[in-house]
This record gives sequence, C-alpha cells and structure tokens, in this order.
Amino acid sequence: MDAARRYFRSPAAVAGLILLLVVIAMAISATWLYPRDPLSLAGRPLLWPFSNPRFPLGTDNSGRDIAAQIFYGARISLLIGGVATAIAIAIGILVGAFAGYYGGRVDNVLMRITEAFQTLPNFILLLVLVAVFGSTLTTVTIAVGVVAWPAPARLTRAEFLSLRNREFVQAGRTLGMSDIQLILGEILPNALPPVVVYASVVMAVAILLESALAFLHLSDPNVASWGNLIGLGRDVLRVQWYVSAIPGVAILVTVLAVSLVGQGLNDALNPRLKGR
Amino acid sequence: MSEDAPILSLEGLSVRLPAGADRSHALSNVSLSVAANEILCVVGESGSGKSVMANAIMRLLPPEVRISGGRMVFEGRDLAQATAAAMRAVRGEHISMIFQEPMTALNPLRTIGDQIAEMFSVHTDLSKADIRAKVLSLLADVRIAEPAAAAKAYPHELSGGQRQRAMIAMALALHPKLLIADEPTTALDVTTQAQILKLIRDLQQRRNTAVLFITHDFGVVAEIADRVVVMQRGMIVEQGSASSVLNNPQHAYTRQLIAAVPPLKAPPPRKLAAEDILTMSGLSKTYRTGGFLGRGARVTAAVKDVSLNLPRGATLGIVGESGSGKSTLARCIVRLIDPDNGAIMLDGKDWAALSRKDVRRETRHIQMVFQDPFASLNPRRRAAELVAQGPIVHGTPRTEAIAEARNLFTLVGLDPSAGDRFPHEFSGGQRQRIGLARALALKPDVLVADEPVSALDVSVQAQVLRLLSELRERFGLSIIFITHDLRVAAQICDLVAVMRDGAIVEHGRTSDVFGNPQHPYTQALLASIPGGDFTRRRDAANA
Repeated sequence: MDAARRYFRSPAAVAGLILLLVVIAMAISATWLYPRDPLSLAGRPLLWPFSNPRFPLGTDNSGRDIAAQIFYGARISLLIGGVATAIAIAIGILVGAFAGYYGGRVDNVLMRITEAFQTLPNFILLLVLVAVFGSTLTTVTIAVGVVAWPAPARLTRAEFLSLRNREFVQAGRTLGMSDIQLILGEILPNALPPVVVYASVVMAVAILLESALAFLHLSDPNVASWGNLIGLGRDVLRVQWYVSAIPGVAILVTVLAVSLVGQGLNDALNPRLKGR
Repeated sequence: MSEDAPILSLEGLSVRLPAGADRSHALSNVSLSVAANEILCVVGESGSGKSVMANAIMRLLPPEVRISGGRMVFEGRDLAQATAAAMRAVRGEHISMIFQEPMTALNPLRTIGDQIAEMFSVHTDLSKADIRAKVLSLLADVRIAEPAAAAKAYPHELSGGQRQRAMIAMALALHPKLLIADEPTTALDVTTQAQILKLIRDLQQRRNTAVLFITHDFGVVAEIADRVVVMQRGMIVEQGSASSVLNNPQHAYTRQLIAAVPPLKAPPPRKLAAEDILTMSGLSKTYRTGGFLGRGARVTAAVKDVSLNLPRGATLGIVGESGSGKSTLARCIVRLIDPDNGAIMLDGKDWAALSRKDVRRETRHIQMVFQDPFASLNPRRRAAELVAQGPIVHGTPRTEAIAEARNLFTLVGLDPSAGDRFPHEFSGGQRQRIGLARALALKPDVLVADEPVSALDVSVQAQVLRLLSELRERFGLSIIFITHDLRVAAQICDLVAVMRDGAIVEHGRTSDVFGNPQHPYTQALLASIPGGDFTRRRDAANA
C-alpha cells in the first residue's frame, strides 16, 4: 500500500507507533508480570524507586506497587481512550453525515445542537455527567465519549458538504441508489481519512480527560488508573513527588505516541502532502 | 521574419523527472528558437511535456524535477545557469507568462488594478499616480470595457474572458521581450477564445513581442501560429512554418493529430425514426438563492421554456457556451435536478412528475455519462464494481452483475481483466469508457451525455466518439449529447439545438443548422471556431 509506505518513511511516525506498541504490550503483559491485584498492599509505603529491587518504581502512600499500577493503568487508559473515541467518532460521523448530506433544515437543527455542546466547556460538562451518573469505569468512558463528539461531527459534515455534489455521487444517484446507499457506500469511504486522523486527537484528549477526573478523585476509585495514582500522589507531592511524576510520564508518553501516530496517518493519508 | 535574431533559443534542453514517474525525462534534447515578432506554437497532447517546457524556461519547476542538460539562451544569457536573484529580475520584466485558468492565477482578495500595479511597484520606481495611469492605459489596451471600473473590480466580479484580458495586461505591463502563453484560451468559451486569440495577435504585432504559445488544439494553431513545434512524449517530432506543418505534415504523429481535428461538416444525415422516445415541453428551472452547484446567488432562469423532442435511435446535440443552461437541462432530464415546470414524456410517462422513489426505480431507462472522467468515478471502488453497481442496486445478484460488467468491458474496448483495478490506474480515455460501461450496464433507452469528451485529448476524443456511435447502432440507443464544442457536435449529432441564456435559439437537423445557420448567435458561434478556415479548406479538399 502506498499509504503504508508513506507512513513508514517518517521517523516521527515510526517512533510514535513503537511507543504506542510498548504501551499496548504493557497493558497485555500486566496480569502475567503482576499476577496480584495492583491495588493490594505490597510493602512499606512510600518506598523511593530503585531502593528495593522488589519495587523498581517504588510504592505509593498506602504501600501499593507503583510499577504494577502503571502496567494495569495502561489497560484503563487504552480502554477509555479507545472506547470513548469510538463513541465520539460514531456519534460524530452519524450527525455530521446527515447534516452534511441533507443540508438545509436538517443541517441547521443538527449543527445548532452540536454548537450547544461545543459552547459548554468539555470538562465542566464531563463533571456534570459524572456527578449525575456516578463514577464507574463505564459511565466515565461513556461520558468522555459524549463530551468529545462535536469536533468529529463538524469535520465529517465539512467533508460531506464538499463530496455530496461530486460527479461520482451524482452518478450513483442516476443509477438509482437510495440516500443511505449513497451516504454509506459512496461518500463515507471518501470522507473517512481526515476523520480517522482526527480520532487520534480525540483519543489523546480522552486519556487526558480521564486523568483529570481521577486527579480530582472523581474517576472510578476501584481500578488502577494513572489518573488515580496522580491524585493519590497529590497529598505527598512536595516530598515524594515520584508518586505523581511516574504516572505523569506514562500519560505523557501515551498521548505523545497517539499524537505522533495521528500526525503520521495525516501525512500518509492526505494526498495534498504527497511528494513533499 | 526568420532572419530576425532569436530572442530565446533552447539548445538540447533535457528535464529529468523523479524516479517512479512514467518516463525518465519530461523533456529530452529539445532544441527550438523564438524570434522577436513571431508566434511559435508548441502543440502536443497532455503529458507531452509542453507545460514543463514553459515552466523550465521560467525556472519554475517543482523541486524534484530538474534541468539535467542543455542551454536556454535568452538574450545571450543561459537561463539554465542563472541564479535565483537573476531569475527574479527576468521574470515579469523580460519574460512573462499567462496561464490557462485566470481565476486561479489571480489573487482573489485584491483588485485587478492593484495586482497589475504590483508589476510596476516591484520592477520600477514610478510614482503612484504614474502607475495608476499606466494600469488604466494597459486595461484599455487589452480592450476591457470601462477600464476604470475593471481596475477596481475583484477577480470574481469579472467574466472569464475579462479575467484573461487582465492577465494579459499584467503580463505585458513591462513590455517583456517574450510572452509565454500556456493554454490561455482552453478554459474559455469559443466566442471569447476567438476574441482573446485576436487580442494576443494584435498586441504581439503592435509591440513586437515574441510569443511562445502552448496549446493542444490544432484549430488554435491554424488561427494564430507563425511557426509550429509538435511535441510527443518530451521530444520534438516536427517543426516548421505553420502553413507547411498544417498542410504538409511529415511526421506520422503530426498527421494523426491534424486528422483528429474533427471536420466542421455534418456527416450525411441518417434516416430518423418518426416516433419520439423522449419529448420535453415547456421545461423550466429557476434558481433563487445559492444554486445547485453553489453558482449564482441571484434569481437566474437557468432553463427557460425548453421544448425539444428526441426521435428513437437519434442523437440530439445541445450546444452552447458555459452558463447557457445546457448542463442544468441535462440534469433536469435525468432528474438530478427537479424542473420547476414542464413535462418530460418518456415512454408515455411524465418523467418530470415522478416521485423520488419512482425515479429511483425507473432510472434504468435513462442514464447519464459525466464530463470529468476523474471526478465521476468513486476512487475507492474497483472498476468492475463501479460498472456492476447499477444492476446490483436494481436487484441483480452481485456475482452475476460483476460477470456482466466484465462483458461490458470488452464491449467498450477495455481489457476485462482490468476490472480489478482502481480508477486512478486508468487513463482519462479509459475512465470515460468505464463511465460509459456503467451507464450501459442498466441497458437504458436514453443516454444523456454531458460533455463526455471535453476533458480528453483530441486523438482520444475521436476514439470515444467512434465508440459512442458504434454503441448507438448496436443497442439502438437514443442519445442527448451536451457539448460546447461545435465540431464534436457536428460529428455525432443527427439533430442539434443551440442554447443561449437558458433558451433554445435554434434547432433542427445538424446539416441545416451548421450549413445554413439562421440565428445570429449560431452564426457567431460557427464563425468563432478556431481554425475554422483551415478546416473548411481541408474539408473542401477532401470532399
């Protein structure tokens, strides 16, 4: 594939992909490397990293293994990032496709709803949703997805607006295709590349949003997530800063990896950048 | 003229393409010269390297395309070796260029007057008032009506012809020694094209400018050239004076190109069926705001009270310039656009009054071929799938439809095994054949073809037209053929209707309309065809 070759030509994109694969490998190997519950007490609290070979990254304020929490946290971050992104992109494509394809009144109504969501600050809306529906892993994931859909919706709409009057769509119409066939079969595959690229941005934002919630102790406390660990470390930030710093670095690396992959995809899929 | 010293001479110029292109050199060993006071036409089909040559002379090649050998001597200096700073001084002042599409060559955010004035402020020290006076006299020189108003206008407020005049004014502002014109009239209507060609001719004679005129159209060559260079695949295959190349071509490729210029005379009329398959009566479409393709924001009557009939098995040509409403009419006929008034009777049913759902069902009786072979095929579907789509939508099982599509490939002159390829792997002519196969897959009675050959090279154009008339015989197709090119219409249409501002001004048998035009507009159209005299003489000689 042309696109794959273009992707692998960029060192930054390859580096991003490798980082992302490392994070995925951490998530997969967590149960195998750390068979015990990561939230169970493992040793003395607040051990510095590298001071005890049993806890290479040390322990937190209640004596839980930080390394184990980082590995299990990768699962939560990727899960929330992946599922919330899927939700946001799905809603976004649905709203954007209908608004862009039908235009007129449908477009007006859908876009005003989208704008209503956009004018509310994401994080405040997320806080409200979590406050109302509780903070289990499921509700947090869905809430993050529901908060993040307006941007993909606008992007999809813009693509549909420019594609819906192309000759190949008109040709489909003269062949007798129904609106749904035109939307799904003809326009959507051509509208998808920029939306796929944008999905990486949504994923990075989703991971950050969850961490921010956890920092405020508002995420699911019963799972080992990076955000929870940062929130926990807040109490001992001045002396045992590593409790917050280590998961912080993990978040940084993951978000960076996702962004680099997204940038690489953009360069690979965007024909206007071909040959640059 | 030939004893004049050359202004520009290319000596063995070669331009290398990056690895992975379809050939190693865009230009190989090209030698030619342009003297003052002559128009040298460079002719070739798309991909022949003629535009690369223009860009090489201006040193405006994309970074990965490099001049790999030869010299470009301009007034004793080799431009191939000139520094970037030296080139900046040459461009605009000594060599200037006009492009095919003036809309994209002009800055949409600045007025025409401003953009022409920039030529003077960059290259001279004239005062503001002097520049203004110069701009106005230039605009008067290129015969724009009301120069003062045009100077204040933004590019989108002018017509295509006026924009091209403004571009020419800009190009000639500093009295360049050499003007390079890259297909300057290709995007224009035929009547405007005739005016622009005349303007370039006049200005060139008045100012003694050398002109390097790039075109794909031998009609234009016949109209304007002093000398001709014919290019094929980056090489010069023939050069000589216009009259010798046109009347006595030596190289086989030149002969083929000249032969592909269609004759202006209609072929002997075919016998037409007495029965009509399609009748339009009082068809109208008015746009209020916006518009279907985003054009025109006012109330415009795109189609005004059009009544035409198409006998079974006949081909009805609808000719007109851009904005005449012919494309809107075509889209009304296939119901891509709903007409406001009027009836379209097809097989006893009023096609204009059918509901959307019925249109979807009945659409197999009337199919459309689109203009742009690049835009009309979904880039993400394989060719066989594209052709099979119609039958699948109408209930044919997928495997059967794909097998049928491969048969159609043979019919339109494509390799059946090519069905697994994607559209971008085909050439323009091949894509148009796919478009034709797609329309034929539903076995329609009526085919509406909207400028099906306008985007193709002349030799490919002739092949597609031949295919179309073969298919017409074979399936008893009735065709509505929309075109702006009267020569194409003369070749294939039994009947022709001339459209202007949404209304039909004249219609009848092709031989009658073209042989003895009644309406002044038809007469003007016929008179504007580039190379008309040349073709008429040739046709007379062949008769």
